[in-house]
Amino acid sequence: MSAILNDETKKVLVTPLVNDNPITLQVLGICSALAVTSQMSTSLIMALALTLVTACSSAAISAIRNHIPSSIRIIVQMTIIASMVIVVDQILKAFAYDVSKQLSVFVGLIITNCIVMGRAEGYAMKNPPLESFMDGIGNGLGYSLILVIVAFFREILGSGKLLGIEVFKLVKDGGWYDPNGLMLLPPSAFFIIGLIIWGMRQWKPSQAEKVEYKIMSIAHGEGGHH
Amino acid sequence: MENYISLFVKAVFIENLALSFFLGMCTFIAVSKKISTAMGLGIAVMVVQAITVPANNVVYHALLKEDALSWIGITGVDLSFLALLSCIGMIAALVQILEMILDKFFPALYHALGVFLPLITVNCAILGGSLFMIERDYNFGESVTYGVGSGLGWALAITVMAGVREKLKYSDIPAGLQGLGITFITAGLMSLGFMAFSGIQL
Repeated sequence: MSAILNDETKKVLVTPLVNDNPITLQVLGICSALAVTSQMSTSLIMALALTLVTACSSAAISAIRNHIPSSIRIIVQMTIIASMVIVVDQILKAFAYDVSKQLSVFVGLIITNCIVMGRAEGYAMKNPPLESFMDGIGNGLGYSLILVIVAFFREILGSGKLLGIEVFKLVKDGGWYDPNGLMLLPPSAFFIIGLIIWGMRQWKPSQAEKVEYKIMSIAHGEGGHH
Repeated sequence: MENYISLFVKAVFIENLALSFFLGMCTFIAVSKKISTAMGLGIAVMVVQAITVPANNVVYHALLKEDALSWIGITGVDLSFLALLSCIGMIAALVQILEMILDKFFPALYHALGVFLPLITVNCAILGGSLFMIERDYNFGESVTYGVGSGLGWALAITVMAGVREKLKYSDIPAGLQGLGITFITAGLMSLGFMAFSGIQL
C-alpha cells in the first residue's frame, strides 16, 4: 500500500481540499454546481458523480496522453469526458431515477464543468495515470466539500431537514422553526459561497486577490489597511 | 405567435440561464470585469446559442430520438443516450466553423469576438441551452426562439454584472471579501432582483 500512498499522491489528494480548492480559489466548476444544492441528497449524488467522472477521465486521458496529437487534444478530452458522463447518467437513470429527474440537465453539464476539463488539461496531460486518478479524486472532493457545506445550510435553514429527515420542527407542524424560504431559492447559494470564500480568505490571507484599487487611508483614521 | 413571445420573455427574464440556473458561471465571474469585454462575450454567446440550439434540435429529432431513424427504414432504435455526446460535438464543430467564417468574411468582427469563441465551447450555458431544449421537447420554431432568448438573457446578465463591478472596485470592502467574495454576493443580489419576474404567469 505504501507505493500507492506515497508523498506525491497524498499531496495531490489533500491540497485541493483547502489550500487549492477548485471552487473558492481556482473559481472552476461553479457552473453546474449551485443549482443542485437546495437538498443534501441531490448534492451528495452530484458530488459523487463529479468526483468519479473527474478521476476516471483524468486516468483515461493520462493513459493515452502520449498518443494524443496536441492540435486535437481538446476534442479528444471532450469525447472521453462525455463518454464517462453518459455512463454516469445511464447508471443514475437505472438505479436512482428520482434523483436523476431532480438533477435534470445538470448531470449532462458535468461535461462542460471546468474542473474536469481543467484537471485533464492541467494535470493529466503531464502525469501518469495513477497520480492523475488521485488528483481527480482530490479535486472532486474539494468540490464536494463546498457543495455539501452549501447544501447543509440551504436544506437545514430552508426546510428544517437534513437528507429528508426532520431536524428542526416546523411551525406549521406545531414546532418552533419558521423556515427561511430564501434559502431554497437560487440567490442564497451565491450568498453562502460568497461567505465561505470570505471565511477562507480570512483564515488563509495568502489566498486573497491582489487589490486593483486601494482606498486611500486617511492620515490616522480607520478605513483602508496598511 | 403568442406562444413564441411568452417563451422568449420566459427565456430572457424568468428563467435566466445565468441567474436562476447558474449556467456559464465560470466565464460569468471571470470575464465580467469590464463592460466592453463582457458585452463582446455576451454577444458571442447569443450568436452561438442562436445557432447551436436549433442545430441540435434538428440532429436530435432526425437522428437520435426514439424511432427517429424510421425515415431510412430503421425502427425501434433509441439513440437518445447519445444526445450528450452529439450535443457537445455539434457545439465544438459549429464554434470552429463560425470562427473560420468570421475570420474569412468579417475580420473586424473576428478580432472583436475571436478571443471569446474558444471559451464558448466549454461554456455550460451553451450546452445547458441545448439540454433544456431536449428535456422540454421543443419543436424547431420554439428552439430558435429559446436559443435567441436564452442567449440574450445571459448577455444581459453579464453586461449588468460588469457594470456593477466597474463601480464596485472603488468601494471599501473588507479585505477577505474583496474580489471573488463580493462578486458572488453581488451576483446573488442580482439574482434576487431577477426573482421578481418569477411571479409573472405566461
